Amino acid sequence: MSEFFETSVFFGVLFSILSYGIGVLLKKKWKLAVCNPLLIAVVLVILFLAVSDIDSSVYQEGAKPISFLLTPATVCLAVPLYEQMELLKKNYKAVLIGIFCGVLTSLASIWLLAFLFELDHASYVTLLPKSITTAIGMGVSQELGGYVSVTVAVIIVTGVIGNMFAETICRIFKIHDPIARGIAIGASSHAIGTAKAMELGEVEGAMSSLSIVVSGILTVIGASLFAKFMV
Amino acid sequence: MKFLKQFGIILLISFIGELLYTLLPFPVPASIYGIMILFLCLQTGLVRLDAVKETSDFLIEIMPVMFVPAAAGLMDSWQAMKEDIVAYAVITALTTCLVMIVSGRVVQFGIQFGMRRDRHE
Repeated sequence: MSEFFETSVFFGVLFSILSYGIGVLLKKKWKLAVCNPLLIAVVLVILFLAVSDIDSSVYQEGAKPISFLLTPATVCLAVPLYEQMELLKKNYKAVLIGIFCGVLTSLASIWLLAFLFELDHASYVTLLPKSITTAIGMGVSQELGGYVSVTVAVIIVTGVIGNMFAETICRIFKIHDPIARGIAIGASSHAIGTAKAMELGEVEGAMSSLSIVVSGILTVIGASLFAKFMV
Repeated sequence: MKFLKQFGIILLISFIGELLYTLLPFPVPASIYGIMILFLCLQTGLVRLDAVKETSDFLIEIMPVMFVPAAAGLMDSWQAMKEDIVAYAVITALTTCLVMIVSGRVVQFGIQFGMRRDRHE
């Protein structure tokens, strides 16, 4: 049977969509932050691969058609951004200052915690680009001498955490303004968080998309400065 | 032909992004160049909104599923992480929430502050 899975053209994509679908159903039923569709999908895939004798590389190979769409889909984030341009123009100062503060908070808190946990320099710079989109983060990590595969893992976990807790955090800390919510989600948890912002609303999605671009670029500059702060 | 044309435009912009990534010396990935190009095209009217809208909505809607394979691949980096796993986990969770709170509150304060000032003027 596992041979069939290895040769099946549709298994990888279908399995990803099905797992996500189960996640959506569970979320509808329980409405808990832990019932995050993305988290459930990932757990289901990992569990299934662990109990079956299908190698994870077989699944990865089969799922390539959806990974292929990631760049075009990210490019499309320009569309909601364009549609919300008027709103952005009116509030651009608050938006830019907010993203700047987010990037600074990210770098400074990683620096402080890395110091407290007595991490070595390589592990520290591995974490610095954790809140930005994977492709930029990998480049930063490599440039600064971090462990690139760990950076990728940390970036994805960051995204999933943001995706899971965005609504809860915004509620607890009274972030009600849709522009503020979008920026908060994008600056902290890049594209994976943005997927959540898109569900919350058009304004949230657009602002979150903008955050990915701006905080990505700011982090490239900021991380290279912060990398010098710890030996 | 509508969807074919829309998908074609989006792929073309992704391709130009890829090209820029290869040609330019910055650590900016194809997708980020792509967002900027599509945004500029829409702003200047080079690409009309209805030339990408439906396909773009579709791709954005199915976007979360695209992260499933990458996240499931996390298991492969377990070996590299397990030595410092507690530090990595605590730092990742804490800083993510902190950044969300700070940037959200700052933007919200800025917007409210700006509105108050507008009223006084």
